[in-house]
Amino acid sequence: MTDVTLTVNGTQVTAQVEGRTLLVDLLREDARLTGTHVGCDTSQCGACVVHVNGEAVKSCTMFAVEADGAEVTTIEGMANADGSLSTLQQAFQDHHGLQCGFCTPGMVMSAAALLKENPKPSAQEIRDYLEGNICRCTGYHNIVKSILAASGQDAGAIAAE
Amino acid sequence: MYSFEIERPATIAEAVAALKGEDAQALGGGQTLIPTLKQRLAMPGVLVSLAGIDAINGISRNGAGEFCIGGGSTHAAVAGGAGAYPALAALAGGIGDPAVRNRGTIGGSLANNDPSACYPAAALGSGATIVTNAREIAADDFFQGMFTTALDEGEIITEVRFAVPEVANYQKFEQPASRFALVGVFVAKYASGVRVAVTGASEEGVFRWAEAEAALSADFSAAALDGLTMSAAGMIGDLHGTAEYRAHLVAVMTRRAVQAAG
Repeated sequence: MTDVTLTVNGTQVTAQVEGRTLLVDLLREDARLTGTHVGCDTSQCGACVVHVNGEAVKSCTMFAVEADGAEVTTIEGMANADGSLSTLQQAFQDHHGLQCGFCTPGMVMSAAALLKENPKPSAQEIRDYLEGNICRCTGYHNIVKSILAASGQDAGAIAAE
Repeated sequence: MYSFEIERPATIAEAVAALKGEDAQALGGGQTLIPTLKQRLAMPGVLVSLAGIDAINGISRNGAGEFCIGGGSTHAAVAGGAGAYPALAALAGGIGDPAVRNRGTIGGSLANNDPSACYPAAALGSGATIVTNAREIAADDFFQGMFTTALDEGEIITEVRFAVPEVANYQKFEQPASRFALVGVFVAKYASGVRVAVTGASEEGVFRWAEAEAALSADFSAAALDGLTMSAAGMIGDLHGTAEYRAHLVAVMTRRAVQAAG
């Protein structure tokens, strides 16, 4: 067992983990942050996406030990300081960007990473960036609209597609 | 996963020493290795993470104008940092998905030599030099069949050097579920001749298509490929495509790469 210390959503977390402990298991089991979901556990679905040192990664495909000393942001860290929904989260609500909601944590984290890189993405750029996030409700259209709206663009523009 | 320890060396020397341990295995970005471990297809005693070794990270140009990419550089870093070799940057930016590209490394991809991976095509198609902690290996000698390379036990890829071609292009026919290449063709035109490297197609892993290279070296145009076909013998056949289909795709993707390279 190894001691790892990381900062999760601004709070220091220390845990004893095995070599094979995945980052997502540390987040869910030790930090008790269950917003990060495990959909496939095979790196396909992206429900487990979190930010490690500002970069989107699949937390089911990274060992907890490798996150020692890292700054991690999960879906629980995405709301505004007063607890209200962030612009991106609010856009998902306003535009019905979720159906069952299981993929939503990963969708929001990937979308946040995209908007940091590319503040005004086109609908195609959004679809390309989300290729590693799977929604089994197949609700992609409204997810794309939500992200367009969150970036201050006209979400109605793709309504006729 | 079976149980194992993880070591996180900070220098190449420490990593080489750690890899001498019994059942020790190097861990790059883990985007292939971790899923493999989850399926219990590997049982290392110790994983030696290369992520903390600054000396194998980063992208630079050397005196000969070659791109020198640290073995631990992520696909995202290469996609963003190899702008002067656009075909290489585009290839790196098309591997997997954004989250995978933030973890997966060039050294890990080349050392694994998956028969459908993209990077082996870039390295072989560019005649790259694979630099390890012990020696320099020409790409023509490095790839030795599916999941097999010239690397010795415990040898680490520290850098990959790419000579920048006059023009180049990579065309990938994507297997949409895995995002690996069903067939991918990397074409690069150098003063010394044209190189054509094919991934995803052969049971032997990445290979050079000598007939296409000869035709394109004489006349770098899609028309020069007229009448050239790839034999289906030795091609991969699976539920995604027959051997004949892949052989056909090799010619199609080569033609597209030449057209796109201009």
